[in-house]
Amino acid sequence: MNALLLEYLPILIFLGIATGLGLVFMLAAFIVAPSDPDPEKVSTYECGFNAFDDARTKFDVRFYLVAILFIIFDLEVAFLFPWVFPVFEGNIAAFWSMMVFLGILLIGFLYEWRKGALEWE
Amino acid sequence: MLQSAAFYILAGIAAISALMVVSARNPVHAVLFLILTFFSAAGLFVLLGAEFLAMILVIVYVGAVAVLFLFVVMMLDVNFVALKQGFLDYLPLGGLIGLILIGELTLVGWSWADHRYTGATLASPTPEGVSNIAALGAVIYTDYAFFFITAGLVLLVAMIGAIVLTLRHREGVKRQNIHAQVNRTRDEAIEVVTLKSGEGIG
Repeated sequence: MNALLLEYLPILIFLGIATGLGLVFMLAAFIVAPSDPDPEKVSTYECGFNAFDDARTKFDVRFYLVAILFIIFDLEVAFLFPWVFPVFEGNIAAFWSMMVFLGILLIGFLYEWRKGALEWE
Repeated sequence: MLQSAAFYILAGIAAISALMVVSARNPVHAVLFLILTFFSAAGLFVLLGAEFLAMILVIVYVGAVAVLFLFVVMMLDVNFVALKQGFLDYLPLGGLIGLILIGELTLVGWSWADHRYTGATLASPTPEGVSNIAALGAVIYTDYAFFFITAGLVLLVAMIGAIVLTLRHREGVKRQNIHAQVNRTRDEAIEVVTLKSGEGIG
């Protein structure tokens, strides 16, 4: 096994412990807890009356807009991480290509700001 | 040994959860299985040594794209049970698309295995002793600057497109104008009135 993967071994162990612990809790609840269901007990209960309709309802498209804008800036930040290496080596071309990239997204950001897309009336 | 065990576990979880994405009855469960698929794919990327790609997969796909998918599932008020009923009607078309996809993937794998064609794609292999992200940073911003800036333009188009399509201002909504609030002077805000004793202001 190579050195890179050895660094990820604690994560694998952690993942195993988390899965095991989750299974133990679920199985313990399944085995130990007393269970005596009857139709009235397991029926839908919402503050004493039957549920009106489905919990999934349409909601405002603005949540979607916020999520899309978040993804775009998330990707922008993702591009910033590897940029650190050439910039610290003093690569001028890499620096300016990132500035052009950020400039393009700045146009979008200013558009978004002027349009009031970030405001939540 | 541990490496191949991890590979088979992750690949198995990825394949099973990908199957569950298309077969789960509840669309929200399908999205959750999609997130599990993304996680397993990130684990496979780590096994390949592509750490940065794995982290980006977790940040962008699990953190943002999955949320977007959940929004879409919630927003489209579709009766998914009714949608699933026409399964057999769509089977020929879906099967055809699946076969085309398998053919394309086989073609890609075949030409990858045939070393005559992989020259261009292997133009920048990861150098020895350099971390994944440093190797990526060494080429993206200089050798592939054109594609990088094109990616920026694509993001700009996505941003403006999302705003144009979804933004609509409601009329008659009172917004807080902080500038106006802060610039209010005492003279506009209060008025000093001298009153005679025993008389009202009216």
